[in-house]
Amino acid sequence: MTATTPSRADIAIDVHGFSKSFGGREVVHDLSMQVKRGTIYGFIGPNGSGKTTTIRMLCGLLTPDSGEGTCLGYDIRRDADKIKRQVGYMTQRFSLYQDLSVRENLEFVARLYGVRDARATAREMIKRLGLNGREEQLAGELSGGWKQRLALGACTLSNPQLLLLDEPTAGVDPKARRDFWNEIHALAARGLTVLVSTHYMDEAERCHEIAYIAYGHVLVHGTVDEVIAKSALTTYTVTGDNLTTLSAALSGKPGIDMVAPFGTSLHVSGRDKSALDATIAPLREQHGVHWQHSEPSLEDVFIELMTRSKDNFQ
Amino acid sequence: MSDEDNRADMVAEGIPERRFGFWRRCYAMMVKEFIQLRRDRVSFAMIVMIPVLQLLLFGYAINTTPRNLPTAVLLQEDSDLARSVLKALQNTAYFHFTREVHDVTEFDDLLLSGKVLFGVEIPRGFERAVRRGDDPALLVAADATDPIAAGSALSALSVIVQTALAHDLFVGDHPSPPFEIRVHARYNPASSSRLNIVPGLVGTILTMTMLIFTALSVTREIERGTMENLLSMPITPIEVMLGKIVPYVIVGFIQATLIIGIGVILFGVPLLGSLTLLAALSTLFITANLAIGYTFSTIAKNQLQAMQMSIMFFLPSILLSGFMFPFAGMPVWAQYIGEGLPLTHYLRIVRGIMLKGATLENLQYDSIDLLALMLLAMTVAVTRFRRTLD
Ligand SMILES: Nc1ncnc2c1ncn2[C@@H]1O[C@H](COP(=O)(O)OP(=O)(O)O)[C@@H](O)[C@H]1O
Ligand SMILES: [Mg+2]
Repeated sequence: MTATTPSRADIAIDVHGFSKSFGGREVVHDLSMQVKRGTIYGFIGPNGSGKTTTIRMLCGLLTPDSGEGTCLGYDIRRDADKIKRQVGYMTQRFSLYQDLSVRENLEFVARLYGVRDARATAREMIKRLGLNGREEQLAGELSGGWKQRLALGACTLSNPQLLLLDEPTAGVDPKARRDFWNEIHALAARGLTVLVSTHYMDEAERCHEIAYIAYGHVLVHGTVDEVIAKSALTTYTVTGDNLTTLSAALSGKPGIDMVAPFGTSLHVSGRDKSALDATIAPLREQHGVHWQHSEPSLEDVFIELMTRSKDNFQ
Repeated sequence: MSDEDNRADMVAEGIPERRFGFWRRCYAMMVKEFIQLRRDRVSFAMIVMIPVLQLLLFGYAINTTPRNLPTAVLLQEDSDLARSVLKALQNTAYFHFTREVHDVTEFDDLLLSGKVLFGVEIPRGFERAVRRGDDPALLVAADATDPIAAGSALSALSVIVQTALAHDLFVGDHPSPPFEIRVHARYNPASSSRLNIVPGLVGTILTMTMLIFTALSVTREIERGTMENLLSMPITPIEVMLGKIVPYVIVGFIQATLIIGIGVILFGVPLLGSLTLLAALSTLFITANLAIGYTFSTIAKNQLQAMQMSIMFFLPSILLSGFMFPFAGMPVWAQYIGEGLPLTHYLRIVRGIMLKGATLENLQYDSIDLLALMLLAMTVAVTRFRRTLD
């Protein structure tokens, strides 16, 4: 343990300059990240932005083309075996055995991690997951929500120090999603570090820290408040009549970077406050429409980041 | 058990208990494979159906004592002795004279077209030559493309004719007939004995099923997406391999027992040598094939490729191992290839033990070759096993 003692005990993931290409196309570019122990770190980004690829590099499933770093103090390139013992990885696609029952899957995982009494551990986990009565059901026959719970159970079975959850709530109903996040917070409260990728904004807001990744580039990271503050986005929330006409009228005008409907209101944002104000000045006088200066939402920030990154990287 | 207890377990196991962990992980893999096999009805059916079907198909042929085989007679002389010989032949019930022809071309045509399986030629001056003590030849031509049918009739020929003629002839006290029976096995000069079939079947059936079972095992995990989860857990390539092979060793063992059992009980194939030795070396052969199939699985990109590789391996195994054609009769280059196939060695082993009562000492080279082939395949498999998704 001497050579591999973490340089900083409070850092769970510490990587620098990760890059990965597939067939000449770079899908992760010069990625660096630091995740503190005991935090829930959200990995946000559109599909194909390199979230899965990054997570796979972290747990040794893919070898980075360049860059290095440590995971739980172990070198990612050299100590993949040691990392695997301490990390629970929940894959994006359900990858437990569909033709094994809930109990059999959990016992299999428990045995692989060398848990002493695999049967008892699996039984305990079934109880904790609320899967009683379904333990003999084949995993392939479970509904999406139950599959996801089972997968979470399987990757926490060995009491890992770090959880890597790749879009764990995709295609799961809101109630199950909420339960899932409560569970993740409970785990983090016990000292687990959780890296979770998602593209749900409400989930991003439940993370201690987030990183936004697009086209393999980390565009911004920090707490939700920091990310919003960093965005330098000016946002107005517009309520009233004929918002559709207004939205059409605003799009593409100078200073308007984004117009997005939110329920009965419209979010109008721009990076250049003076240009934005100049453009909307005549419109603010219109009857029946109420303009209110507001904080941009996380979603505004992300949508703006995504639009901008599209210009930069495509 | 609380989480703290679990964590304590993990810590307590740590590095000193690694070796123990090795067996535990192998065991985990084996249990998983067993359950999957049990649930996979098609594979399960294959385990039982392939040997039983094959045996019944072949066994039917083995079991049919050929009777009334269509035979042509080329009678070049119409003597009493000639008539007696023919009558003796017909009395054996093996031969049934369907045609009596008078020239050689017609005789050959009948054989060539398959209208008759045998042709008996009694040459001109046969009786006179016998009486003179010249030992003339009684020519029996056999269509040996079907060695099983032809073989038993021919092997019975000499004895039958002798006993049948014994009281008919003044030379009854002779130890052998006063003429020579000259057999021409046409089309397949080295007709293999029926006894070779069952031992040979043990080998070919095991080769086929064992290869297919493991050839699909790794590619299946990749195609179903379970490989990603498996690779993210602390399991090594050797553990995966052993876990995937061992359950099928038992399957193979059951198959071998089934085939050999039916062969001995139903078809009267002898088992002269040690049953323990046969079991041990069969297990070695089974494991070697599983290892080769598993190797294909680590090399192939998908299940189809793995299947194709297995077939590419299975065909030469059938053709060049001595199952189809006698090994010694093959060209040298083919023999070299044959030596690299587990089936070649196993055929020698299983035929040696069952039919000749061979001991381990007699079979040591074939056993060592099998072992070497198995270890080679395993080494390739472990080094080829991709530990990442790159
Ligand atoms: N094994 C692979 N081979 C080739 N391309 C890949 C592979 N894995 C991912 N990619 C590509 O890399 C990009 C990033 O993928 P991924 O990391 O899965 O993104 P995300 O998880 O953010 O949706 C995608 O365009 C995807 O098509
Ligand atoms: Mg993904």
